Amino acid sequence: MSTGNLIEIRGLDSFYNSRQVLFDINFAIPKHQITVIMGVSGSGKTTLFRHLIGLKKTGPNKIVVDGEDMGSFSETGLIKYRRRIGVMFQGGALFNSMTLAENIAIPLKVHTRLAEETIRIMTVMKLNLVGLADFCDYVPSQISGGMKKRAGLARALIMDPEILFVDEPSSGLDPITAAGLDRLILELRKTLGMTAVVVTHELESAFEIADRMVVMDQGKIIAVGSPEEIRNSTDARARQFLNREADPHSGDLDSYYQRLFGGNCR
Amino acid sequence: MVSLIQSFGAYALRQVFSAGRMGLFFFYAVRGIFLPPRKFWFTVKQIQFIGSKSLVVIGFTAAFTGMVLALQGYHTLSKFGAEGWLGSAIALSLIRELGPVLSALMVTGRAGSAMAAEIGIMRIEEQIDALECMAIDPFSYLVTPRFIASIIALPLLTAFNDVIGILGGYVIGTGLLGVNAGAFWDGLTSSVDWNDLYMGFVKSACFSVLIAWVCTYKGFYAGVEEDHYGPEQVGRATTEAVVISSIAVLISDYMITSIML
Repeated sequence: MSTGNLIEIRGLDSFYNSRQVLFDINFAIPKHQITVIMGVSGSGKTTLFRHLIGLKKTGPNKIVVDGEDMGSFSETGLIKYRRRIGVMFQGGALFNSMTLAENIAIPLKVHTRLAEETIRIMTVMKLNLVGLADFCDYVPSQISGGMKKRAGLARALIMDPEILFVDEPSSGLDPITAAGLDRLILELRKTLGMTAVVVTHELESAFEIADRMVVMDQGKIIAVGSPEEIRNSTDARARQFLNREADPHSGDLDSYYQRLFGGNCR
Repeated sequence: MVSLIQSFGAYALRQVFSAGRMGLFFFYAVRGIFLPPRKFWFTVKQIQFIGSKSLVVIGFTAAFTGMVLALQGYHTLSKFGAEGWLGSAIALSLIRELGPVLSALMVTGRAGSAMAAEIGIMRIEEQIDALECMAIDPFSYLVTPRFIASIIALPLLTAFNDVIGILGGYVIGTGLLGVNAGAFWDGLTSSVDWNDLYMGFVKSACFSVLIAWVCTYKGFYAGVEEDHYGPEQVGRATTEAVVISSIAVLISDYMITSIML
């Protein structure tokens, strides 16, 4: 295994029941860098994300983390891996009956024996980091979607994880808040040397933060490399994604008819 | 023809898979007692939700059940000139059968559906995924406290049900129907013995496990089969939880009765 790569994915296939959703995925996630996985909806990036965070079972020798095969993790091995990572889910995945402070403190309360006061201090620090210090005692139903995401990020960071996994950080956010989150992820990489894996379909965000990019389409990787290399990619589908081009439709009557009446709906 | 066999085979495999997963779920729920996080206060809150907040519903159910038993019992017993045994008839019916079963059905409808819905919503909002990714055992966190609370609350509710039901029957029997109060209590105390109470207690303990098991299981796996998470999946999980729990309670009632009687 080459030095500098924290996670290597080798020939990963994935199925939902009998439907194949990932085809021979091969790439590496380097240490202390931000890897962005991009693609249209339905390209399989969420499935890949779930494999990487251990929520979907992986076959042997498909995902190797620091030399250890994730496919052959025992339950203890999986727990150890999860203690090294922080995951931010798309909607924040906060617990509705608890305040933001209580939500963020959960990992500390369960995994450490720190005093209440120390936990409170650490919670406030992380809330400050995401700009939510004034909302400590609010419950999720009282705050906006963007604030929920930021609180989710604070909870992902509370144990100072080695690897941060983020699912769609900017979707549904206004440009200013989205830029703030991007900057935060960049700062974490710079100051803490955090490795980050970000799944997104927001182009601007992706090019802003990525050290490495992976572009997916229909379960396959169509482009991998640095942002420059991706920008200059010759793959047609990748170009279409990068240029924000809609799927082409010709203007004649037959194809219009086909659009209206084709497909599987009856 | 082949596709018929294929779809039957697929169906059979799915049922076996579900049965196995449900068995494993029970194992993890019990194992959660010994794993962190230990949620003492959350368990107490669940006891309050399943138990004390059901007292009014159970009280009404019990009172009217007892009253109806008095009316029906008197009507039947008077044909044999055995009205004096009304107390005995009401008490034995309640303690052996109606107390455990009706309490279980009321709790299923109230607390069971809430358990399934709460956990189901957590599933569709990825909160259970978040727990797993934080290396927190979701069974220990969500399911075990509800199991323990159910086992503690339901037998107590059953006892409450029995008492209120007997009182309701007493009020109607002696107040409306003219049964002698002394005969009522005398008949009751001479026919009810420890075996009857024991049977009622064993039934309610078994029902409590069944209800907690089915309802939390349905909520926990809401939408997981189809990999499609939405409110429809939660609604379906809640409905199935209540229906299956109720049927399970009635079937197990027969089985326990046939073993213990």
